Amino acid sequence: MAEVALRNVVKRFDNVEVVRNINLDIPNNEFVVLVGPSGCGKSTTLRMIAGLEEITSGGIYIGGEIVNDRPPKDRDIAMVFQNYALYPHMSVFENMSFGLKLRKFPKEEIRKRVDHAARILDITELLDRKPKALSGGQRQRVAMGRAIVRNPKVFLFDEPLSNLDAKLRVQMRTEIKRVHQMVKTTTVYVTHDQVEAMTLADRVVVMNNGIIEQIASPQELYHHPRTKFVAGFIGSPAMNFLRCRVEQNGVGMRVRLSDAVSLPVPQTKSGACKSAIGKELIFGLRPEHITEPRRDGQQGQFAAKLDVVEPMGMETMVYFTIDGQEVCGRVDPGSATGPGEPMSLCANMEHMHLIDPQSGAVL
Amino acid sequence: MSTAAVTAPVRQSISIGSSLRRNRRWALITSYIFLVIFAVFFLIPPYYMVVTALKSDAEVARMATNPWIIADGVTLDQFKILLTQTDFLVFFKNTIIVTVCVVAITMVVSVLAAFSLGRMKFWGSSILATGIFLTYLVPDTLLFIPLFQIVKSVGLLNSYWGMVLVYPTLTVPFCTWIMIGYFQSIPKELDEAALIDGAGHMQMLTKIFIPVALPGIIAAMIFAFTVSWAAFVYPMAFLYSADQQVLTVGTVTSLIRGDVYKWGMLMAGALVAAAPPLVIYAFLMDYYIAGLTSGATKG
Repeated sequence: MAEVALRNVVKRFDNVEVVRNINLDIPNNEFVVLVGPSGCGKSTTLRMIAGLEEITSGGIYIGGEIVNDRPPKDRDIAMVFQNYALYPHMSVFENMSFGLKLRKFPKEEIRKRVDHAARILDITELLDRKPKALSGGQRQRVAMGRAIVRNPKVFLFDEPLSNLDAKLRVQMRTEIKRVHQMVKTTTVYVTHDQVEAMTLADRVVVMNNGIIEQIASPQELYHHPRTKFVAGFIGSPAMNFLRCRVEQNGVGMRVRLSDAVSLPVPQTKSGACKSAIGKELIFGLRPEHITEPRRDGQQGQFAAKLDVVEPMGMETMVYFTIDGQEVCGRVDPGSATGPGEPMSLCANMEHMHLIDPQSGAVL
Repeated sequence: MSTAAVTAPVRQSISIGSSLRRNRRWALITSYIFLVIFAVFFLIPPYYMVVTALKSDAEVARMATNPWIIADGVTLDQFKILLTQTDFLVFFKNTIIVTVCVVAITMVVSVLAAFSLGRMKFWGSSILATGIFLTYLVPDTLLFIPLFQIVKSVGLLNSYWGMVLVYPTLTVPFCTWIMIGYFQSIPKELDEAALIDGAGHMQMLTKIFIPVALPGIIAAMIFAFTVSWAAFVYPMAFLYSADQQVLTVGTVTSLIRGDVYKWGMLMAGALVAAAPPLVIYAFLMDYYIAGLTSGATKG
């Protein structure tokens, strides 16, 4: 039960700065997910919180106390690793109780805690087995059990689901969420999978190139990304990015994407767009906001010749180009025409983003 | 037409299958031929040793009989004389003392060295690891003269305790090398998990690394045992009285007098001396192979 704080944390390996001056406050019991592409510094950040990596400068606080120079065992944290890191020569019970034994807990207390954790994770009947006799999902449960029995201040997860197959991953994701709801503890979770990040997190920390791009709730991140990187990283398929120019057109404004396509800026967005008139910008719109026209006279309609059509069942993905740039839309399966054929589409401009190409900031 | 289109690939796959089987048969035949040649080649000396040890001196000396068979009947006289009228049992006891001590010293030193060199990254650790292996490349025939000075200066010349001091120079480098490889094949997350669980370095070694690396440790132990049991150059150079002598040199020096070779007893002695390694290999062979090949599969 503790809050975690990172203050101006820097990590350098030789001359390469992998974590650049990050600041992060995690309140008590919050589930925070660090997400980003590989090499963005998220795992290093987690390992610095764990004490497995020294920090070059800055401060890490757990429960209000600075822990920079404390070894991992004195930080009262528990960690779940990607490859489980179970001790192969010990039974599940011994694996889970190892930390407690080293801390000289009485036998009955150890038994009680392991039984409790095993019940939470539904692994009671596996306690006598060795790790090699367990499936991937069971091993991951044991690894979580080993963390739970310690009843630590902070849980750290380092890509715990990457080694599981797709179906099991979804199951274990739900399991982790359920366990967090039962065992309320501050949790820091690292993943490169944005779906995991969105589904698990109270707040998501998007990292790129050693810096934090944005810290926000999953909904906020999705609808109001602050940078082009976040806009493109969160959401699948990714947001469409197109070169554009904002033009004044009588009373309204329009976003011109090509000679043939220009889309009206809705009233709600016009305030933000005023300063952008005449500038070369990047227009961002998610695929689900490019659909077939849903009512007559709907604003933002345009025609496109489809290149690729991908039926997904519930919806159909359509790919086409505007001014040589590929665009993806999500349309109703009934309305999609075939590849090479023209189709009438509609952009829901309420959800548009305008991005400064130099700074990458969303205006 | 459609039948032809269907059957053609099937026929092709049959012919591929049969050629694969033929290939496999030839590979098997060739390997059996070589295996038999090797087995015969390597089993002739032990066979000759057993046959000679079970003959009487008179039969060994007689030129007329076939040396490959026992013509006058099996006798255990050679063993009886060897064990009662020579210093063989003293050599045997000395060898056991030396070997047990050497194996113990080697394991303590090389496990600790390998753990620190393989796991606790520190400045110069990889150069040190290579350096240790390089010392193994220097043959004992080069080292025994300088070592003679050292053994003499510590007052252990003509004492089997001197062997306890010098054999580890042969065993520690190689065993450390095996153990470094073995420890490095253990995933890094395992020590990190142990660190977080609250283990210190010593607990990590005793509670995690030694049990997990047991096949490698046993392989290293067998190696140290074999080297120590069969060493010849050092006892030959450093030991000269019978009460301090070990099996390898003792058997040879006490049973060959000038140009008189007591073949029967020599063979009986070799047989008894070869028994302990044989028993140990038989029991621990699986571990030995697992230990030596672990690096290949675990990366």
